[in-house]
Amino acid sequence: MAGMTRPPQGNGTGYRGLIGPLLIPTWVMIGVFLVLPVLLMAVYSFLTKEFRGGVIWDFTLAAYDQFFLNRGLFGDEPPTIEWTYITIFWRSIWQAALATLICLIVGFPTAWFIATRPPKARAVWLFLVTIPYWVNLLIRTVSLKFLIRDNGPLNESLMSIGLITDPLPLVNTNLAVQLGLFYSYLPFMVLPIYAAVERYNFALSEAAADLYASRWTTLREIVLPVVKPGIVAGCILVFVPSLGAFLAPDLLGGAKTFMIGSLIDEQFRGSQGNWPFGAAAAMILMTLVLIVLMAYARAQTKGDAR
Amino acid sequence: MSTAIDIRSVVKRYGTATALHGVSLSISDNEFFTLLGPSGCGKTTLLRCIAGFEDVTEGEIRLFGQNIAQLEPNHRPVNTVFQQYALFPHMTVLENVAFGLKMKGVSLTDRTARAGRMLEMVHLSAFADRLPSQLSGGQQQRVALARALAPEPKVLLLDEPLSALDLKLRQAMRVELKTLQEETGITFIFVTHDQEEALTMSDRIAVMSQGRVQQVGTARDIYESPLNRFVADFIGETNLIEVTVDRIEAGTARITLPGGHAITVPAAHTTPGKHHLSIRPERLSLAAQGDLTATVERVVYLGTDLQLLTRLTTGEEFHIRLQNSARTEIPAPGTTVALQLEEGAARLLAD
Repeated sequence: MAGMTRPPQGNGTGYRGLIGPLLIPTWVMIGVFLVLPVLLMAVYSFLTKEFRGGVIWDFTLAAYDQFFLNRGLFGDEPPTIEWTYITIFWRSIWQAALATLICLIVGFPTAWFIATRPPKARAVWLFLVTIPYWVNLLIRTVSLKFLIRDNGPLNESLMSIGLITDPLPLVNTNLAVQLGLFYSYLPFMVLPIYAAVERYNFALSEAAADLYASRWTTLREIVLPVVKPGIVAGCILVFVPSLGAFLAPDLLGGAKTFMIGSLIDEQFRGSQGNWPFGAAAAMILMTLVLIVLMAYARAQTKGDAR
Repeated sequence: MSTAIDIRSVVKRYGTATALHGVSLSISDNEFFTLLGPSGCGKTTLLRCIAGFEDVTEGEIRLFGQNIAQLEPNHRPVNTVFQQYALFPHMTVLENVAFGLKMKGVSLTDRTARAGRMLEMVHLSAFADRLPSQLSGGQQQRVALARALAPEPKVLLLDEPLSALDLKLRQAMRVELKTLQEETGITFIFVTHDQEEALTMSDRIAVMSQGRVQQVGTARDIYESPLNRFVADFIGETNLIEVTVDRIEAGTARITLPGGHAITVPAAHTTPGKHHLSIRPERLSLAAQGDLTATVERVVYLGTDLQLLTRLTTGEEFHIRLQNSARTEIPAPGTTVALQLEEGAARLLAD
């Protein structure tokens, strides 16, 4: 493993023999909270559904079949591609990508602003950024719905100053979902970019200006490449949870904004659910995310190996 | 010789604090000019004003006649070698060196060729494809130098570029820098707090303190004819003793040394009254009869030299350096010695 440092050689105190036992908590953590749940999900996705929720231990590909193929109402027609779920996935991907982009556009200047304040002021600004997290996400999302609904404060005040005559239909739109995702995940963009910008050596910008680069060129050629790890981390931290988000799409969106998170969530609720299908959808989502991340990591190593 | 940089009454204030109190300097084309002073004296601020990283509060900075004080740094034809090099970490050595040329719109082929020649000049051709993090401090320093010289600036600014290197490398780089300056014919403005660096490389030196230029001159000028206490004390080792100027006649001052002996010294801008006299420790000898009388307190053996720590009859500390030779008689601590000043050894200061 690249991240593991070798212990100092030959101090002869049996220190190296302790490495194994000391790593046990780590392996237990990874095993219990990462490997086991994913394995469980993988196994469930190949089982047969029980009608009141739960599974029957019978191996089948039915869940994946249901996801990708349409065999007609009674399952006896020749299979065609089932677009329902692919459409939901596709919608989720672009919703998450758009939310990531908006968070980046707003988050980068915010992080830059905070990182360039005096050290004491930085702590205050960071604290302000994290304050919304003191309130539960569900409550925040519901409050957002109250704010933007037809007779909510936003529409009421816009109407009272005569800017609009009818309330803006905000709830149950893509815009509302975007607003919810943006509001939920913006700090995940701000914090890693802040960490990168805070470490940024501003003498590099001076050096670029000294070598005839304009401010815009300096940003593009020097600043962005140097703080890129922070930007990438922020984008991953916003994109991945946005992709699986279900609170914002559920509460702020409507049928037309149905996303993967809600689809999976539904499969595990009450007697309507279909556990193997939910597990399969979760596995497909995870595979998708992994492919994107691995493609990125690969491009990254190729770029570094120049 | 034409003037490369003409600094006219430059004032720099940060809020209520003043970093530069009306600095005026004229730096000739093709000159190796050094700004020397302790930290906080304003030398780096002045350099940053020339580069354009700081706005001047008042005054003008003229580059070959053109006032550049209000220009953005990217519009000034001067380049900087930064103290910590500030190499672009995501670019190869060659890309770093070619960056300024790229920004000036030089084509890829031309800038690669020119950057290659610059790397040859600083003996780093073999490292063109490395990243800065894969180089040693001395190599990074040379890349920074090549990068700043590649766009052929009219003036090169160097902000304590040798301070991060170890002693051996620093000494080698001094020679290399001086050679480079002579070969390229570019005006160098070099900032340092290290007087040895300043004395060995510079054509002229401006000694700065507390936001003011204290003295400008050649290494010899400022070492041998310091104008005031700050310069005398900052450059090399010196003995400062308080004396009274009795009278001034035709540019010469008659003064009484501690112990009663009277001598005459050149009086530049001084008036009668209390003044300080600077006497370099190596510009005097032990004699049977002398200008000063002192008691030896300690003898420090330095190899090439002997350092005598003595005390004058008035109680002031007085240092003497004697060249170590077979003939040198070493006075024992506690003995009283007479000191003979060499011709011109005593320098009357303005304060």
